[in-house]
Amino acid sequence: MNIKIFFLISLILAVMPVHAAKIDTGNAAYDAVFETLYSGSFDEKEKALNDLMQTDIKDKKKILEGIVNKTLMVHKKSKKVVWVEKQGSKFQMNDAFSGEDLGVDKKRKFKKFSINNSLRSHVSALISTMDLDSEDVGMRLAAVNAMLANPEPEHAALLKSRLEKEPDNDVKTAMQLGISLANLGHESSEIRMMAIKNVADSLEPAVRNSLLKIAENDPDKLVKQAAQKVVNAQEERVKLFGYIETLFFGLSLGSVLVLAAIGLAITFGVMGVINMAHGELIMLGAYTTYLLQLAMPESVGLALVLSIPAAFIVSGLVGIGIERSVIRFLYGRPLETLLATFGISLILQQVVRTVISPQNVPVANPEWMSGFFQVNSVLSITYNRLYIIFFCLVVFALLFFILKKTRLGLEVRAVSQNRAMARAMGIRSSRVDAMTFGLGSGIAGVAGVALSQLTNVGPNLGQAYIVDSFMVVVFGGVGNLWGTLIGGMSLGVVNKFMEPWTGAVLAKILVLVFIILFIQKRPRGLFPQKGRAAEG
Amino acid sequence: MSDLLQKDRVYDFLVPKVVDDLDLSHGTVLYMEGVSVSFDGFKAINDLNFYVDSGELRCVIGPNGAGKTTMMDIITGKTRPDQGAVWFGRRMNLLRMSEPEIAQAGIGRKFQKPTVFEYHTVFENLEMSMAGPKGVWPTLVARLNTEQHDRIEQVAETIGLTEHMNRSAGLLSHGQKQWLEIGMLLMQNPLMLLVDEPAAGMTHQEMDRTVELLTSLAGQHSVVVVEHDMDFVRALNSRVTVLHQGTVLAEGNMDQVQNDPRVIEVYLGE
Amino acid sequence: MILRVLKNDLGGKIFLLVLMTVLIAVPLLNQLPSESPFHISIYTVTLLGKYLTYALLAVAVDLVWGYLGILSLGHAAFFALGGYAMGMYLMRQIGDRGVYGNPELPDFMVFLNWQELPWFWQGFDNFGFAMLMVMVVPGLLAFVFGWFAFRSRVTGVYLSIITQALTYALMLAFFRNEMGFGGNNGLTDFKDILGFSLQADSTRLGLFVISGVVLALGYLSCRALVKSRLGKVAVAIRDAEDRTRFIGYKVEHVKLAIFTFSAVLAGIAGALYVPQVGIINPGEFQPLNSIEVVVWVAMGGRATLYGAVIGAVGVNYAKTWFTAAFPEIWLFALGGLFVLVTLLMPKGIAGLFSRKKGGES
Repeated sequence: MNIKIFFLISLILAVMPVHAAKIDTGNAAYDAVFETLYSGSFDEKEKALNDLMQTDIKDKKKILEGIVNKTLMVHKKSKKVVWVEKQGSKFQMNDAFSGEDLGVDKKRKFKKFSINNSLRSHVSALISTMDLDSEDVGMRLAAVNAMLANPEPEHAALLKSRLEKEPDNDVKTAMQLGISLANLGHESSEIRMMAIKNVADSLEPAVRNSLLKIAENDPDKLVKQAAQKVVNAQEERVKLFGYIETLFFGLSLGSVLVLAAIGLAITFGVMGVINMAHGELIMLGAYTTYLLQLAMPESVGLALVLSIPAAFIVSGLVGIGIERSVIRFLYGRPLETLLATFGISLILQQVVRTVISPQNVPVANPEWMSGFFQVNSVLSITYNRLYIIFFCLVVFALLFFILKKTRLGLEVRAVSQNRAMARAMGIRSSRVDAMTFGLGSGIAGVAGVALSQLTNVGPNLGQAYIVDSFMVVVFGGVGNLWGTLIGGMSLGVVNKFMEPWTGAVLAKILVLVFIILFIQKRPRGLFPQKGRAAEG
Repeated sequence: MSDLLQKDRVYDFLVPKVVDDLDLSHGTVLYMEGVSVSFDGFKAINDLNFYVDSGELRCVIGPNGAGKTTMMDIITGKTRPDQGAVWFGRRMNLLRMSEPEIAQAGIGRKFQKPTVFEYHTVFENLEMSMAGPKGVWPTLVARLNTEQHDRIEQVAETIGLTEHMNRSAGLLSHGQKQWLEIGMLLMQNPLMLLVDEPAAGMTHQEMDRTVELLTSLAGQHSVVVVEHDMDFVRALNSRVTVLHQGTVLAEGNMDQVQNDPRVIEVYLGE
Repeated sequence: MILRVLKNDLGGKIFLLVLMTVLIAVPLLNQLPSESPFHISIYTVTLLGKYLTYALLAVAVDLVWGYLGILSLGHAAFFALGGYAMGMYLMRQIGDRGVYGNPELPDFMVFLNWQELPWFWQGFDNFGFAMLMVMVVPGLLAFVFGWFAFRSRVTGVYLSIITQALTYALMLAFFRNEMGFGGNNGLTDFKDILGFSLQADSTRLGLFVISGVVLALGYLSCRALVKSRLGKVAVAIRDAEDRTRFIGYKVEHVKLAIFTFSAVLAGIAGALYVPQVGIINPGEFQPLNSIEVVVWVAMGGRATLYGAVIGAVGVNYAKTWFTAAFPEIWLFALGGLFVLVTLLMPKGIAGLFSRKKGGES
């Protein structure tokens, strides 16, 4: 047989020398196909692609992908179809069919299979069709989704034939949507009508595009109207999801604010002390994360988790140090405390600059922090933001528990309400002060760990948050954890809702102005401590 | 009652807040009617009716939390009541006035804890309290004339602090601070003085002199004294109002009040 | 008149004498040949002039903090606003000598493709109007801000924090190009003032002397204010705000008047500062700047006025020296200064010399 084929080929070569000179796959059945793919017109190439699917080549998908990715090329001299791999300025080549190593050659000795956009989508359609028959559920789903993104009338048939065999529900739903989507282009207006109904719930951009097209120039008036109606309804929903997304962004920003402010709320609320170094305690937390990740570079995720308690301890200890060495000598002199702690903040910043680096340092995000959760085609929720919200709530709940249910919490609340009385009851207020300060500072450190996942970590990290944190505390009402939570969340949300209208900077300014005006109206915040005691 | 108020108040904005002529034609200088105020649900003052006559000396007594200090806060504008009416004379609605306006109108107050300006001298304390225009500009350009100087000297003598004129008020004894505060009240030349626990921390001698002073003030001024010390109240020998749970329990002279069964119950329990 | 104001103010008398001596001596020493060991270079003169404007700012802060008890963490904002008003005048004086040679528009506006001068730049080519704005703009801001803040009885640390928020918000605003004040880069490349070249030694000497004279006038006016009954009432408000109210003073009005006056002084200081350093940018609004001023005052001694001057000059001299010799150490030193002054020297340097009591402490 080989001899016969060889003879045949020789004959063909003899008859059409120009053609035959171009490609040599070692298999005559493939030659013509690749020949056309190589040098035919784009229309011919499309046909050749379909022919390719009929051949007995084993890994058609790989070939198709190779054509698109330009890893499959023709070696001009040997006329072989080869896999290429870059090696310096040269290409390593392997025979596309036998896998035989054909050595290296210069780049310009190769030529690719040129394709245009329509061919490219044709190729991907072919790939999806193949994937539709894959064993893997994920592959099948991806294939259907690829079709959804690029609807063609012929998809209907493709999908229909597989719908019944499909065991997985998600894939089934997607297939049904695909069928309907394809049917939007059907010539029968009844079928189009049905299809419009079926796709009404989907917010896929392809669906919306097709519907818009129909709404604009469908020959059937009824179909046109139906499409318009669905389009309108969908726009409403897109808007709604837009709001949900903004709300989500706002809540995540709010969570950051709450995390940054809540430690301050404790120290300010309980001790009436403004700690201007609070921002730097946050920064120390972020740097703790950085150092831990530096110490265990292989497992950044574990380092991140470990840095939560570590940052709590580091910042907490520094906080206790500040309290013992400076603040306790300044009780009853809040303005002086403010100045002294500001000095401490300068020193802490400079320590970081001198010891570590004046530049920002990179803090890695572990894999499970990146990525997003796709709710639908217009709303996706990034994991890091989701974790921050969650984390903030956990920290809040913990703190709430500590203050409401533990001995320390009881003492803290007692001291914050009436220091002299608490003393008289046998509470060692100086110990409570130190513990409170340590707690508040520790929380700041934990906030720093969270911030390290969102923003740049540098010596100025804390400064950026100190004014915001105070605003949250003051807005929410001093000495009130709920106030801080609600204050921070609402400021975050308001900020994010204003941003599209005003831009980020102006939004921030407006929020500041708003708070300044707000304090005028309600000097004690949203949730003031009431009663006569608070007047003093 | 609201009808009565309505007649008085034709147009709110047409009535000047501070008027020169108090119209004391009915002899009553202070009206508090139906006044209530609550903190966090706790009714500190509950439907209180309280009148002070012109030139009268009046004592207000009552157990802790009866609302004595809150009552003073309301009169001087520090606390706003939830409901009720407070009038100074028949022309001035105190609820529409700020603390300084009320002070300027002629109501002086001495706090429970003596508060004088510790870094200022006795002389300066008295000088600042002096009646007269207290706007920013007049204060900036104010210069003492001889008459005013004499007035300060005179008051200093009344309160027995002539020798301490140039000492910082912070260096005075507790009793002297009380006196200085009364002196500051006198400088304001008020129609009505509210005096919160003047006898606290005073020796017996000082107390006697205080009684003397307060009694001598009555007549030209109305004086309302809040006090715990029963001996002191007895010595003042005036009408007594007993407050309990934010409302007037009894009123009369000391003997009447002391024998009132409700008062005994409140003070001694059942 | 001056003597009456300075009665019982030994520190003030010494300060004014020293200031006068410096104002006369420095220009003379500058005339000496540069080989002379007593020669003072024009660089040093400008540096001293800068210190004098800082001193005026510190006096303004001491007036509200020392005597009125308002710890303003936003006074640098008034300083910067005064500086911007002066900067706008100087920008207009550049005329067509800018890089783009546009006679009407400053360079940064040409760069942003603006077609005409925004309305709030109108009139700043007139020196008198610009000087009026130097006082009116900070004064008006202080008035409006104070009217809201004092009326609703925001006091203590709350007030401090919202003054800080104020300057922070202004900083963010001035960083925006759309604001029309040169954004990030601010206003710079000034050429001359009232026709005198800013590069000329004589102009610099003149600015130095003017700064000194204005400082002396500012000091005297503050001193007069403090000596007046209003000054006594201010201290009374600082020590017992409620009591002051109950003897019939409208505390809010007193605060508002003095706060506004102080802001105007700060604005004037800023206006003198800008031509000497040759630039004004949004960095001047930084919260850190305002707090630094407070430390000068604390360092020198609160409620003495001349202490503020000592603090401003002393700390800034140290800053100049440190940032040249040990740049890394400066923030440590400044931070340590904050802590030490508040912990160990609540009365500042002035407190070491005088043991005065009463309103002076």
